[in-house]
Amino acid sequence: MGGTSGRPSTAIRVEGLSKTFDTAAVLHDFDLDVRAGELLGLLGPSGSGKTTLLRIIAGLDFPDRGRVLFGGDDATGLPVQKRAVGFVFQHYALFKHMSVADNIAYGLNARKRAERPDKAEIKRRVGDLLDLIKLSGFADRYPSQLSGGQRQRVALARALAVEPRVLLLDEPFGALDAQVRKDLRRWLREIHDRTGQTTIFVTHDQDEALELSDRVAVLDKGRLEQVGTPDEVQDNPASATVLKFLGDAVEVEAIAEGGQVRVDGRPVPGVVAPAGLIGPVKLHVRPWQFQLTDPSAAHLRGTVRSSHRSQGRQRIEVEHGPGRPLLVEDFDGERYAAGHPVGLRIVGGYVFA
Amino acid sequence: MSETAAATFAAAPAKPDTPRSAVTEGRAVRWTLTAIAIVFLALFLVLPLATVFVQALSKGFETYIATFREPDALSAVRLTLIVAAIAVPFNLVFGIAASWAIAKFEFAGKSLLVTLIDLPFSVSPVVSGLIYVLVFSAQGVFGAFFVQHGIQILFALPGIVLATIFVTFPFVARELIPLMQEQGTAEEEAALTLGASGLWAFLTVTLPNIRWGLLYSVLLCNARAMGEFGAVSVVSGHIRGLTNTIPLHVEILYNEYNFVAAFAVASLLAGLALVTLLIKSILEWRYAGELAAGGRH
Repeated sequence: MGGTSGRPSTAIRVEGLSKTFDTAAVLHDFDLDVRAGELLGLLGPSGSGKTTLLRIIAGLDFPDRGRVLFGGDDATGLPVQKRAVGFVFQHYALFKHMSVADNIAYGLNARKRAERPDKAEIKRRVGDLLDLIKLSGFADRYPSQLSGGQRQRVALARALAVEPRVLLLDEPFGALDAQVRKDLRRWLREIHDRTGQTTIFVTHDQDEALELSDRVAVLDKGRLEQVGTPDEVQDNPASATVLKFLGDAVEVEAIAEGGQVRVDGRPVPGVVAPAGLIGPVKLHVRPWQFQLTDPSAAHLRGTVRSSHRSQGRQRIEVEHGPGRPLLVEDFDGERYAAGHPVGLRIVGGYVFA
Repeated sequence: MSETAAATFAAAPAKPDTPRSAVTEGRAVRWTLTAIAIVFLALFLVLPLATVFVQALSKGFETYIATFREPDALSAVRLTLIVAAIAVPFNLVFGIAASWAIAKFEFAGKSLLVTLIDLPFSVSPVVSGLIYVLVFSAQGVFGAFFVQHGIQILFALPGIVLATIFVTFPFVARELIPLMQEQGTAEEEAALTLGASGLWAFLTVTLPNIRWGLLYSVLLCNARAMGEFGAVSVVSGHIRGLTNTIPLHVEILYNEYNFVAAFAVASLLAGLALVTLLIKSILEWRYAGELAAGGRH
C-alpha cells in the first residue's frame, strides 16, 4: 500500500461529497486526500460533519453527491463489506456474547470458506494481535470483564485482524477518562508507527488531534477549513474559525497600514497584514502572545480581574474596556492581586483578510 | 410524624435510632400494606389456583387420570398443541421482522405500525373472533373465494389458528422492540465492516443479543396461545373432538356439570401457567440485563 517512489501516494480521496440528513446539510462539496501510511486527524466541533465523513468513507453512510476513491478506484457504491476498512466505534461495539478471542477472530470467521484461513492460522493471528494490544492473558474473557481502555484495545485488534487498507476510528477515546485517554493516545501512535497503517481518526479534542496526527483536517459546518501538519495549522491558521478551534484567543481592535498592524499606535511585532488590507482589523491574540509590562510602554492597559496558577504558568484575566476580559498567560512569576493596573504588550497575533 | 422527629432530636445522643431514609414509611404502615397485598394475593390468586387442583383430584387420582383417556379430551389437547405449534413460530418470525424494522430503521408510518402491533391487546378477543367470522364466512369478504375452492376456514383449524395468531400478535414484538432499540445498531455495523453479510451479522450478532428476550416473549406468547378462549370460541364452532381446544373443552365439561373432569383439564392450563411463571421468573432473575426493561408483561 505504501508509495513505491518514497513520495506519499494517495490512499483515499473524497471528491465533492455532499450529504443532507432530513433538511440539515452535514457535508458541503467536501474534498480531501488521505496519504498512504499517514495518521490523519479529523478535528471539528460536534455537528461539523466529521463522523459523517468517516462513515461515508467506511460505507456505513452514503453521500448524496460526490465520490469516494480508494487507491484511485471509485468505491462510492461499494458495500461496506467489500471496502476492507477497519472501523473502531466510540463505544467499542464489541460483541457482548463473544470472548475477546472470538471478537478478534470475527472478521476472519465471517469470510467465505475459500478465503478463510484455517483454524490454526486464525488462532495464531489472534495471538499476535493480543500481544500487540498487550492483552495476551485475556483471550477467554468477555467484554463485560474488561475496563473501557481494554475494550477499546480489543476493538482495535478486531479491526486490524482483517488487515484493512484503512483504519477508521470514530472518537476512539471519547468514552474514556483523562488518564486512560492519554495512555491510549501514546499507545495508538506507537502501533501506527510500527504497522504503518493508513489511519483516519475523528476527534473534537484539539490536544488529541495535535499530539497524535501526522496531519490534521479541521472541519466546521460540513466544510474543510484547513488541512496540514499540526505545526502548519497552529502557525498559519487559515481562518479565524481554525484559530479559535485550536485554542483560546481574544480579538483586539487594530489598524492595518503599510503591511504593519498597529494597536494604540504601536506596531505589533511579528504580525504582517495581508497584502492590500488597510484600515481597522481584528487582531486575534493567543493568551501567551501577551506580555505583562509597564503601562507606559504597552499596547493595552487594564486592571487584573482574577488570576490562577496551573502547571507552572499563570492565567490572568485583564479587564479592558467594556468588552470581554482579555486572557493572558504568563510564566508563573510575579503575582497580581485583583484590581492591580497592568500594561499588556502584544508580541504576536493573527489577522485574516 | 413531627412528634417522632422531635423525640429523635431530643434523645439523639442517647438512643441512635436505626437510620431511615426519607422515603421509608413507619413500621405500622409497612406491615399494613404488606398484609393487604398478601391477603389480596391469597384471595384472588392462590385460592382459585389451589381450588383447581383440589377439585380436579377430589374423586381421587384414578378419576383424574381417566379424564385424559377420553378421546374428546385428547383431541382438545392435540388441537391446542397444533394451534400453538403454528401460531407461536409465526408470531416469532413476524415479531423479529417487525422489531428489526422498527428498531433499526427509520421509515414513514413507523409509529402507526407500532400502534397496530399493540391493537390486539386493546381489542376484546370476542371482537377479534367476530372479525374473522365476518371476513371468512360464506357471505364475508373472502368467504366466497374459499368456499368455492373447498377450503374451510371458519369452524376448522385455519380459523382457530388465525384467531390465535391475532390475539398473540404483540407478545414477541413488544418485548423485542425496546430491547433492540436499546441495543442500537453499532454491533451490527461493526460486523458489517468486518466483512459479514447481513444474514451472517443477524445470525451471529443480533440473534444472540436478543436470545433471552426472545425466549421470554415466546414463553408468554405460548401461554396465551394455549389459553386463549374468547376469540377461539367465536371461530371454532365447538365441534367436540374436532374443533375444541383445551379452554373450550373445559367450558363444555363445566356446562355439563362434569366438574371433576372440567377441573382436571383446567389443571393442565393451570400447570402450564405455573411452569411459565417459573421459567419467566428465572429469566427475569438470571438475565434481567438482557431483557427489555420496559417490556415486562
